[in-house]
Amino acid sequence: MTDTFLIGMLVLAAGLFAVGLFGVLARRAVLFQLLSLEVMLSGPSLAFVAAGARHGDPAGQGMFVLVLILAAAEVALGLALYLRMARTADVTDSDSIRDLRH
Amino acid sequence: MIGWFPLFLGTLALVSAALAVTRPSVVHGLMWLVAALLSLAATFFALGAGFAGAVQILIYAGAILAVFVFVVMTFDASPPALARERLRLKQAARWPLLMVLALGLPLAFGLWGGAVATGLAPGGRVPVQAVGGLLFGPWAVAVEIASFLLIAALLGARHLVRRDPPTDSERPAP
Repeated sequence: MTDTFLIGMLVLAAGLFAVGLFGVLARRAVLFQLLSLEVMLSGPSLAFVAAGARHGDPAGQGMFVLVLILAAAEVALGLALYLRMARTADVTDSDSIRDLRH
Repeated sequence: MIGWFPLFLGTLALVSAALAVTRPSVVHGLMWLVAALLSLAATFFALGAGFAGAVQILIYAGAILAVFVFVVMTFDASPPALARERLRLKQAARWPLLMVLALGLPLAFGLWGGAVATGLAPGGRVPVQAVGGLLFGPWAVAVEIASFLLIAALLGARHLVRRDPPTDSERPAP
């Protein structure tokens, strides 16, 4: 694997991150924002694994495992919060969370 | 040449992810997310990172997606709701797109400016033993912190979705 291919993989990783960021900013349904966060986190993990493969270093996959654990914790807490909001206040939309202040 | 194969699979993952975040219906979005995560796993296999690919399939496409599927039932998927969602995405898309461009351009320029050159030797396939030796040797503290994070998330999720006990006024009279 040459440097050109590594650059290609890093561009793809940046693209995944950008797509996820777009989803988080543009969508208003909380479920879609959580889904976009997953896409966002998969960008860095692709970058870590590609760089690890480029240099033959296990640290890339080690970081991937840590990112995966972060994603699992995030999705568990996020979905639990979402369920709680949907059940107690009938909120499925991040715009209407603003109304909960009053 | 084998180098093109991960690039192709990664492009597939990118396209699936772009479709996933723009679908009006959450079930369609989730299916595209499965496609994106599985093609990402194939990319990892093609990069010679077999452990990462297997973990990606097992945990991401298996466990995390299963959790999502349970929660989908709260989503309103009637046709008027889908039309509303489509319209809302169209109206809200402009500023996030600009934001993403503003973030992506310096990243791309940095990549083409040759900033990725390091002094390390190019390698090939990374064996699972090396990953395990790293995680349970020098990185043992990081793994312990990650386990604390998982326990905290587990307790938090358990606490959040607990149903409140009925208050005195709601309780039926004995």
